[in-house]
Amino acid sequence: MKRYFRELSVVGALLAVLLGLGLFAPAFFSPQPLLSLVTREAPTLVVACGMACVIITRQIDISVGSMFSVCSVCAGLLVARGWPLALVLPASVGLGALFGAFNGFLVAVLRLPSIVVTLATMVTLRQGLNLIRQGEFVNLPDHVQWFGLTQTAGQLVLVGAALGLLVALAWSMRHLAAGRYLYAVGTDTEAARLAGIRPQLVTLLVFVLIGALTGLGAMMNLAQSPQVQPLTGNGLELKVIAAVVVGGVAISGGRGNLWGAFAGLLLLACVSPALTHLHVEAYWEKAVQGAIILLAVVADGLRSRKIHH
Amino acid sequence: MSSPLLALRQLVKNYGGVRALRGVDFDLHPGEVHALLGENGAGKSTLIKIVTGAHAPDGGTITLAGQPVADLTPASARALGIACIYQQPALFPDLTVAENLALRLDSTTAHTRVDWTARRNRATSLLARIGAAISPDTEVSALSMPEQQLVEIACALGSGARIVIMDEPTASLTQKEQHLLYAVVHDLRKNGVGIIYISHRLEEIFALADRVTVLRDGQSVGTHAVGDINEAGLIRLMVGREVAQIYPAAESAPGATVLSLRGLGCTASGVHDVSFDVRAGEIFGLGGLVGAGRTELARILFGLTPADSGQITLTGETLHLRSPQDAVAHGIAYVPEDRRRHGIVLELPIAQNITMAVHRRLFPTTWLRFGAERALALDYIRDLAVKCAGPDAPGSSLSGGNQQKVALSRWLATRPKLLVLDEPTQGVDIGAKSEIHKIIRRLAEEGLAVILISSDLPEVIGMSDRIGVMAHGTLRAILPGGSDPHTVMAAALGTAA
Repeated sequence: MKRYFRELSVVGALLAVLLGLGLFAPAFFSPQPLLSLVTREAPTLVVACGMACVIITRQIDISVGSMFSVCSVCAGLLVARGWPLALVLPASVGLGALFGAFNGFLVAVLRLPSIVVTLATMVTLRQGLNLIRQGEFVNLPDHVQWFGLTQTAGQLVLVGAALGLLVALAWSMRHLAAGRYLYAVGTDTEAARLAGIRPQLVTLLVFVLIGALTGLGAMMNLAQSPQVQPLTGNGLELKVIAAVVVGGVAISGGRGNLWGAFAGLLLLACVSPALTHLHVEAYWEKAVQGAIILLAVVADGLRSRKIHH
Repeated sequence: MSSPLLALRQLVKNYGGVRALRGVDFDLHPGEVHALLGENGAGKSTLIKIVTGAHAPDGGTITLAGQPVADLTPASARALGIACIYQQPALFPDLTVAENLALRLDSTTAHTRVDWTARRNRATSLLARIGAAISPDTEVSALSMPEQQLVEIACALGSGARIVIMDEPTASLTQKEQHLLYAVVHDLRKNGVGIIYISHRLEEIFALADRVTVLRDGQSVGTHAVGDINEAGLIRLMVGREVAQIYPAAESAPGATVLSLRGLGCTASGVHDVSFDVRAGEIFGLGGLVGAGRTELARILFGLTPADSGQITLTGETLHLRSPQDAVAHGIAYVPEDRRRHGIVLELPIAQNITMAVHRRLFPTTWLRFGAERALALDYIRDLAVKCAGPDAPGSSLSGGNQQKVALSRWLATRPKLLVLDEPTQGVDIGAKSEIHKIIRRLAEEGLAVILISSDLPEVIGMSDRIGVMAHGTLRAILPGGSDPHTVMAAALGTAA
């Protein structure tokens, strides 16, 4: 209980917000808008899972937004050319994994700092996409949105897929040796090496993982609208990192879990509709989100000071 | 002689429960080179830290030129003319030599305008005074270690220091650079500077120093003019005590040869020409002073810094160890020196720490089985008597001795043939120490070949069946267990006593 205090306090905050909404704005809980809200966050959740793994390993990947855009546009073009979704999905995941492998190679093998490496790939991919596509939208065939199902069915499929993936990854982090390796490397690379773990391989693979998950997230986004706009992933990296940090994953590595990241994401996602329902001006959204992030970071700072003194 | 520049009386310093200094007296006169000698852990570093103001003493007095000084801080020590030249120079690598000197010597505020010409001129003249051929415009990162040391000395000169502390200044110097340094020492002495000179090289002490003080177990055991004492006398003072503790003795004779090293070397870590055998059931101690190359040798055996010459044979098989994974796969286990950082992961529960190196064996199916992990952890907790709240308690909740037992458990779980222990009882209290000794002996009795690296002289003599003594990156002697401590110390110092 004490061990998961940090995660539980985020869940507590989330429940408090939901309770407040239930009392003052019960309209928030009407099924269809709520399902739409959750569906919009499904791709973000998938990417956030990858980001949690990366940050636990004491790295960071700020190129997810650009990778997301590139994967979305590429997948959209393939779909528009008549490729079946069953082929486009692995193509998008594979493309993301390839970008991830490139980042991972530079970080793990050449030992460059991940913030600089992924900053470079972020800018390169974004500007490359602008250059080639000139901001042009990709129009998708009708059968793509909601996989040709009804909207509700499609939304349920997407939310179900994201939650299924969350459960699978969270389970793996706890029940596979690989999960432990992430924590060990994130806590102390040299200690992990002396325990016979290969920190470089672990680092490389965690970047491949976040790349693949970003490719998957792009596909889940693609299925939600009739067209792909090339700026779709802009700002995703900040959203995802914020969710992970609010959820109790220590930016210094080695601590946190995916459930916390999930709670953090939901908490931040509730802010905007909560403000709307409570008739507060939408300009406050970013300020409130920023305050939540600051609170989380301060809490972590105080916590680690308590441990070290 | 004139009144002393520096007088320390009954200096006491405790770190937690460890008494690092227990009443040390020390005098330094102007124009004197006073050597400080002692085994690892005798209290030399603590003494320096107190004199330079880095640590406050728990008792005793410090008198500088007749004035008692209380509350010495690093800044006030420098202002009072105390300068220290460390083995590892603390310079800013990306600034030039002149800028480094200016940072230390000028008391500027942020809006002071920098006089570049004056800076350069002063740097040039200081460097010239010690005969160093270094341009003031060189960036420090481009200098070799001895050159950086010379910059430190120039800095001490420039600050007008009256007391200069040199901590093993010649450890990384070539013959020519050493002579340059000796000339600087003579020059400083002529100018009335007092020098505290720390060195393990006895011949250097006899050549340079006026007096020598020997520290042992945090006490000064004797101050002599170098003319009044010889090498054997110094070694006797350094070792001094009887081997008081009782060490568990071997009950059975060692078995077949497990590890055999022939001419092993690694240029990168400075180890060369190491040859010895270790047999099953044998504890092979590695003694020597800090920096003699013992940890470096252990890192070669664990594949961390692969050897580039010589041969490693383990149970008849020639090995090329290129990574820790290789070493683990062949049955070599290494319990590293820095227990709190590298031995265990403090944030993780005990059980996870114990199973960290054996995931593949313990969990043949891909997922973890918490039951099996717990059972294994409980086995070792019981077997090695780890005092803890349970297998789920974090490593940080344990005392030093119990952390070491967990680190040991991790490697015993790999069922190794060869166990390399690097300072296994460092910073461990006396009770846990003898428990760990019993465990090591029992492991050897069970047929493990053990290499025990220890800077604790009585421990390495008392525990080992044979003792390899290292100095300057190579094996100097192999002595029988229970040897005379003087013989071991003489070998470690590289003299024939």
